[in-house]
Amino acid sequence: METILVLTHADETGSALTKASLEAVTAGKELAARLNASLAIGIVAIDATAAASALASTVARLLAVSGEPFAQPRYSTDAAALEALCRAAEASIVLAPASARFARVAAGVAHRLGGFVDTHITAIGGTDGVEATRWFYRQRVEAVLSRDGRPWFLLLDAGTHAAFAGPPAPAQVEQVAVELPALRTTVTGLRAPSQGTQTIRPDAKLLFVAGAGWTKKQSDGQVHAAEAGDLILGFLRTTGASLGSSKSLVDQGGEGQPVLPFLTHLNQIGQTGATPRHARGLSTCCHGEEPHVVGWRFIADRRAINLDPNCGWTRGKADVVYIADAFQVMAKVNSLLEAKKA
Amino acid sequence: MANVLHIVVCAGIVPDPLQTLEPVTGPAGPGLKNEMVLPAVLDPWAASALYEAAALAAKNPGSKLWLVSLGPKAKLQQVMMTVAQKIAFELVPIDGPIGGFPDAHSTAAVLAETIAALPGLDKAKLLLFGGWESATRGAGVTLQLVGERLGIIDQFQGVDQIDLRDDGSFEVLERVEGGKHQVSVCAGTPAVLGWATGNLAEPRNNPQTGMANMRTIMPALQKAKPTTLAPNGLRYVSVALPKQQRTTRVVKDLTPDEIAAELVEWIGAE
Repeated sequence: METILVLTHADETGSALTKASLEAVTAGKELAARLNASLAIGIVAIDATAAASALASTVARLLAVSGEPFAQPRYSTDAAALEALCRAAEASIVLAPASARFARVAAGVAHRLGGFVDTHITAIGGTDGVEATRWFYRQRVEAVLSRDGRPWFLLLDAGTHAAFAGPPAPAQVEQVAVELPALRTTVTGLRAPSQGTQTIRPDAKLLFVAGAGWTKKQSDGQVHAAEAGDLILGFLRTTGASLGSSKSLVDQGGEGQPVLPFLTHLNQIGQTGATPRHARGLSTCCHGEEPHVVGWRFIADRRAINLDPNCGWTRGKADVVYIADAFQVMAKVNSLLEAKKA
Repeated sequence: MANVLHIVVCAGIVPDPLQTLEPVTGPAGPGLKNEMVLPAVLDPWAASALYEAAALAAKNPGSKLWLVSLGPKAKLQQVMMTVAQKIAFELVPIDGPIGGFPDAHSTAAVLAETIAALPGLDKAKLLLFGGWESATRGAGVTLQLVGERLGIIDQFQGVDQIDLRDDGSFEVLERVEGGKHQVSVCAGTPAVLGWATGNLAEPRNNPQTGMANMRTIMPALQKAKPTTLAPNGLRYVSVALPKQQRTTRVVKDLTPDEIAAELVEWIGAE
């Protein structure tokens, strides 16, 4: 019989669990119910007792690692914490969110326990056993896999399960002791790479993607990079959309070509960038070829504006493609949105 | 004051992103149709790691740079013809299977064993570089496993920047949620850095660098140790292309005003 452990961690406040952690809790509860398995939840936080209150109604065994060394993500401390939690729970299946914090350490912990790890899991199924679905080749090939070896760590992509929500209440938490190695790494904080507006908003409903066409010569033979920047930022302001870009547009900065100053490699979507999850996506001035579009795998409703009627988007990659000048269309969109807001 | 670094970059080869991929299942498990004839490139994020490593080595005289790459040696040779023209490195090829379906734990074991046996490698000076995720398996676990096997417990993933200080310590910027970087300071080597894009452009081809590299790359390829990767109990239930092909509505005859109105309605729709 399987023993399931869900690993969770606190958000920046230190006393509440992240949304991705609560999504993993839902996955753990579903799997435990299906397999008739026991369920434990491990918490890593500076104040795990406070964080555990959200899990009181899970009726799961709650284990925690608490204290100052676990306030911030760091390989040596997090790996030691997760190893201790896994040993305490004697888990055969370990579910965890594929957050930056746990993605950094899960494989190392699996190795310490003689186990195995698979990441970016989008679904857990199977009839008698456990089968995990994940993508290969940057979201171009989908596979369902299983493993005989235990413990088996499965890191769940964000947005694949609903976040667990139960009434907060005092919870019984077993504190697990951790033996830490000598610390050689100090986390000094977070840094937002873009100047001014933060344009990456993972929780936004809409993804707006700017392609290299925004900084190319327009019909008057001139480049209008400043105007492009104003139009894009104006749209982001009124809609709260998250900004993505193609690799070619981000790379232009290093090649001495006109750039949109608020774009960085973190905005990049596709083969060498992110694969975000948003309900809708609007692509502008981007050719829509495969290396870019693989980053759109989890965008449900896709529209594109492009001057080229033969661009990649028209070949079954978008739901609607407008053959038009994005400068003209986005100017009109912005004025309509502003009028609507007023 | 310069620090002498021993930088090992792990980098696989992947199909050129413009190629059409079709999964097939053979006796050895899943793979890609015509995988051996698909044009290949160095894994993009691992390539970023290689360029960052070369820049770091250049700034720290006396440093050494190894490129450890696992793949069929014929394909490795093809890819190295291009990569070798960009920067100077010592290739350590491992003649093994290609693609994203072999088990990451087996891959890591072979890589770790090879790195541990590198002649002249001083583990106290080691910076283990690679891409934080590959363009094949894309799991982000191999480098971490190699680091654990080598006993390195200062690891960083999604790295975009490293600033090495005179005292040997370094500041690292790692990607975290919400488009931010986590800033950490590590006391010094050894450490594992899984790179994202970094900040460097792809170096220009230099035929002289290429010729110098190829003098050592060709003999290394000839001597490449053949290896197999154990499945470790990993079983594939199915491997398939996504079925979803959208029925695209191509709108050619609307004015910018009409398109804008349609888009605003779409944006506002629940």
